Amino acid sequence: MGHFFFELKESLFISFRAIRANKIRTILTTLGIVIGVTSVVLMSTALKGMDIAFQDGVAALGSDNIYIDKWSWFDNTIPWWEVRNRKNLDLDEFKKFEELAKLPLAVSPTVWTNQTLKHKDRTLNFNMVTGTNHNYIQTTNLNFAEGRFFTQLESESSRNVVVLGSSVAESLFPRGGGLNQVITIKGRKFRVIGILEQQGSFIMGNFNPDNMAYIPIGVVFKYFHRSDFRSITFNVRAQNNAMLEETKEEAISIMRKIRGLTYDKENDFSINQQEGLLNNINQTTSVIKIAGYFITGLSLFVGAIGIMNIMFVSVKERTREIGIRKAIGAKRRTVLGQFLFESSVICLLGGFLGLAIAVLLSMVVNQFLPTSVQVDAVILAIVISIITGIVSGLAPAYTAAKLDPVDALRYE
Amino acid sequence: MNIINIEHIAKIYQVGSEEVHALADVSLKIDKNEYLAIMGPSGSGKSTLMNILGCLDTPTKGLYDFKGQNVSEMSDNELAKIRNREIGFVFQTFNLLPRSDALHNVELPLIYAGVPSYERKERAREALINVGLGDRIHHKPNELSGGQRQRVAVARALVTQPSIILADEPTGNLDSKTGEEIMLLFNEIHKQGNTIILVTHEEYIAKHAARIIRIRDGFIESDERVPERYIPQLKVQEEN
Ligand SMILES: Nc1ncnc2c1ncn2[C@@H]1O[C@H](COP(=O)(O)OP(=O)(O)OP(=O)(O)O)[C@@H](O)[C@H]1O
Ligand SMILES: [Mg+2]
Repeated sequence: MGHFFFELKESLFISFRAIRANKIRTILTTLGIVIGVTSVVLMSTALKGMDIAFQDGVAALGSDNIYIDKWSWFDNTIPWWEVRNRKNLDLDEFKKFEELAKLPLAVSPTVWTNQTLKHKDRTLNFNMVTGTNHNYIQTTNLNFAEGRFFTQLESESSRNVVVLGSSVAESLFPRGGGLNQVITIKGRKFRVIGILEQQGSFIMGNFNPDNMAYIPIGVVFKYFHRSDFRSITFNVRAQNNAMLEETKEEAISIMRKIRGLTYDKENDFSINQQEGLLNNINQTTSVIKIAGYFITGLSLFVGAIGIMNIMFVSVKERTREIGIRKAIGAKRRTVLGQFLFESSVICLLGGFLGLAIAVLLSMVVNQFLPTSVQVDAVILAIVISIITGIVSGLAPAYTAAKLDPVDALRYE
Repeated sequence: MNIINIEHIAKIYQVGSEEVHALADVSLKIDKNEYLAIMGPSGSGKSTLMNILGCLDTPTKGLYDFKGQNVSEMSDNELAKIRNREIGFVFQTFNLLPRSDALHNVELPLIYAGVPSYERKERAREALINVGLGDRIHHKPNELSGGQRQRVAVARALVTQPSIILADEPTGNLDSKTGEEIMLLFNEIHKQGNTIILVTHEEYIAKHAARIIRIRDGFIESDERVPERYIPQLKVQEEN
């Protein structure tokens, strides 16, 4: 045991001395490892950031929600023509549903439309507008920066009031003060009664509440669309996550009842959940992951070849030293260990450098994605560096270990 | 008592299609506390014999018995252990680690022997003091003269208290005065009961030993006691 420890200490000593003697060479050789580790850390960090961003997005909309819709959002096992031929969900059905559903915390109807929003010379073309009722806010986790959501009265009497997402408000009122101002939507005047807090979940794209405007659903049908042309979506929020399944079961049976479906008929509506969205996102991220790991693997491979090369050179240069060490009692495994150790130390230095660069870069990325380098990424970087060091040092170290002491001593 | 007993040792190198008999047939017994010089023309096989005696190399044929152990059949690891514990090498070209200071060079065999750090440093320092380098402990080889480097090498050979010291032309790279200083050192070591085997070209260096073996073409030509051994004396210090 003592042996091993002393030899290890000697190996460490030798490694640092060798690295110090060849600073520039060492730095150049570790470049591959630096790049590899930087990309591995950045990638795992960015992916985690994406997950978090997405989960934030889901949380803002409410992860305890189900959405009853004509369309299935993520499931494409049902042929699209069958789905297209389904009956639209309408407000009458929603009213029946609202009456019959006992389990949900809240239910609200929503319909989407793209319209031009204007305030003075500022215009937002083709902006997503959600038509809904006063209960909508209870089916989400949205918070208000200013003002309020529309009331039951405003909703039921289809008043021209609008609630703006934070980005929409910023675009129309860059200097603030949007509350109680009047904007136009497709030329109709609406009073701004509320502005939402920023959600920051870029991942939801157009459905990001930041980019949305909310008006009473009746207004949509009054001005923008014929009600029988548009299917609406029922937002249903369960009381808590544990109740989600039950709430879903109840929703299905109520819908079947409303639609008058006999037991032998398939559902002619779809129940959508965030889970589907999650699966969808996971598919996307796994493609990114594979590409990322491929690039990382490639740069680590190139790095390992570089280290292997330089270790061979190092063994050659130090042939005489190896001979001396063997002559005074270094065993094969001692020499083997020494060179393996050295390549690991070089890789580890590269790994730490890569880690440092990754931390700096992740601060830049943090401007777009909520990222920060986590402990597991640090451990990953260290483990990868050591493994690369051992793998790339193996062949050169073995060459050194099996050198014949007499030949090595004679080497010029 | 024999420390070393070799019988009909041969070392044959294959160079292309030709066989080179570096050692053809050598038998030799060496006792404890002997002081032996090996002489012979260049290429006669002196270094080859030394390497085999020092367990750096294994013979192609023959038997090598070191302190009752059959070395010819040992594994690499066992040979490394013998080299570490039982043998102290001194080379013509010093063979010190260039980037390490004197202390670390002398310490090295003790590291491989698994001696704890504190004891190691103590023993290495003592060995350096014994060869007269107490004030050069932290000098690197390139900060030392040739004679001083060879002293470091002698200290390194002695630090493990080996059974034999093997020196292959230890004065070959030194001027005669410095060489004489090293020979004085060897004489001291021998007086303390150590066994020394020395390879040399120089007749007057060989005269320091008590026994001279002459090799030619891989055979032992003669093996004689030295009738009038030269005992080096401590020089008066006025030269400095
Ligand atoms: N690795 C080798 N391969 C082939 N031949 C070798 C090898 N090592 C030594 N020899 C040959 O063996 C013979 C003896 O070599 P050795 O080094 O023992 O001579 P030496 O007596 O020490 O000579 P010198 O006085 O010049 O040091 C020489 O002819 C040499 O060419
Ligand atoms: Mg020789």
